[in-house]
Amino acid sequence: MTAMIHAEQVTKSFGHHEVLRGIDLTVEAGEVCCLLGPSGSGKSTFLRCVNHLETVSSGRLRVDGQLVGYRESHGRLHELRPREIAARRRDIGMVFQRFNLFPHLSAAANIMEAPMRVRGVSKTDARQQALALLDRVGLADRAEAYPATLSGGQQQRVAIARALAMRPKLMLFDEPTSALDPELVGDVLDVMRSLAAEGMTMVVVTHEMGFAREVADTVVFMDGGVVVEAGQPGQVLVAPREERTRGFLAKVL
Amino acid sequence: MTQPPASLTAVPVRHYGRWITAALAVAATVWLVVTLAASPALEPATVGHYLTQDFILAGVRTTLILTAVAMVLGATGGIVLAVMRLSDNPVLKALAAAFVWLFRGTPLLVQIVFFGFLGALLPRITVRVPLTGTILFDKPTSLVITGTVAAVLALSLNEMAYAAEIVRGGILAVDKGQTEAAHALGMTSAQTLRRIVLPQAMRVIVPPMGNEVITMLKSTALVSVIAGRDLMTAVQGVYAQNYKVIPLLAVAAIWYLALVSVLSIVQILLERRFGRGHHVHTGGAPR
Repeated sequence: MTAMIHAEQVTKSFGHHEVLRGIDLTVEAGEVCCLLGPSGSGKSTFLRCVNHLETVSSGRLRVDGQLVGYRESHGRLHELRPREIAARRRDIGMVFQRFNLFPHLSAAANIMEAPMRVRGVSKTDARQQALALLDRVGLADRAEAYPATLSGGQQQRVAIARALAMRPKLMLFDEPTSALDPELVGDVLDVMRSLAAEGMTMVVVTHEMGFAREVADTVVFMDGGVVVEAGQPGQVLVAPREERTRGFLAKVL
Repeated sequence: MTQPPASLTAVPVRHYGRWITAALAVAATVWLVVTLAASPALEPATVGHYLTQDFILAGVRTTLILTAVAMVLGATGGIVLAVMRLSDNPVLKALAAAFVWLFRGTPLLVQIVFFGFLGALLPRITVRVPLTGTILFDKPTSLVITGTVAAVLALSLNEMAYAAEIVRGGILAVDKGQTEAAHALGMTSAQTLRRIVLPQAMRVIVPPMGNEVITMLKSTALVSVIAGRDLMTAVQGVYAQNYKVIPLLAVAAIWYLALVSVLSIVQILLERRFGRGHHVHTGGAPR
């Protein structure tokens, strides 16, 4: 059984600035992993590396056994062509802090776009699936609404539905509730909770300590581009071993 | 119990200055129009006579065709140039930049005359199969590049340079998160550009492109210098013989104004179409 994500000494630099300085991390299939840490700790950058929105500078990063950005053949690494990168991303769903819904498309059309264009699903089937997914995130009545007419929480739920429409084996959440008004956070977290309950593999960059404690199988605390501490939420959040983790938790809790 | 306050009439500020300047402006305009209209050179009857003559209508048709063809070629080429300029390929980038530099840096009139006299630079156009003696195509340039072809070439190449900058600006105006979201869904760069980025860029592109169409319609008058058979060429042909310059220029002006007015309405409709999803607060309900 291969791990869903397996990172070995992953580094990432922007020019001379080293954002990731050797990340070791394993996420098993069906696991919910929450990445915590102060801003600038490299959590989001690591998440973006997983679906190749950022290129890893060194180290090995495997998703479902395959190296991100490379293909191994005859003992050599071949950099992937753009088309191959796109093909690998199909199976990884991503939810962004700023939702990034397509403003020129209705909620339903946002969800239908990728299944139709990338998977070749027929319009009828795509629409049926979109309506089912909207129903699932509690927005059955907003199928024809344009993103600008939806609240932040509604937009983020459409964005989750859009990612799910590709039937991903892994979902990445990049601070999904950070741009939301406090009273809208709950609905989005509820959707994520139900996803976790169904056994979806999830990596969540978040500041929602309650969600991490309740839903995560593993909590990873990052700082300065390295994993400081990782373990079960009961251990990392309640009885952290590292001084830096304690200092961070004291500030956010 | 207290009495409700007596209602007061609010008196807005009286802008006497506005009334005076408005009256002065109207008076000046009326004076100007009356003076010009009183000129015997205007000859309204002559204007009316020529307005719907067949050769004038043929000129109008050519002007419209020139505008349409040059805009379609210009916009298509402009999109290609903009994508080249935004690509990661340094050679394509430099070529596109050089093209824009050349065609934006020289006057349109110079380009039109240049293409009109292309035969002087390149007397024959010959296409050979390389390394063999086979000749696929060989004709004198002046037969291939007629006045109309030269006009289309000059107008569309010039338009490509301007359209490229407008499209580039439109593409850059689309939030980077849109591209990331599309890529994260597994869409290829081409799909992302066509389905996600360009439709959103259109909202930024349509207003200046509308202006380009209107400018283009009027710029076609320049092709009269190489006998481009357009509206301006048609009226020039008449007044060069009968010296009724003012009435014939009025005919041209009336046609240009009418066509520009129609185009302005089309532009408004297009802006509404591409503004979908953006007019939530102004009441333009998305369909």
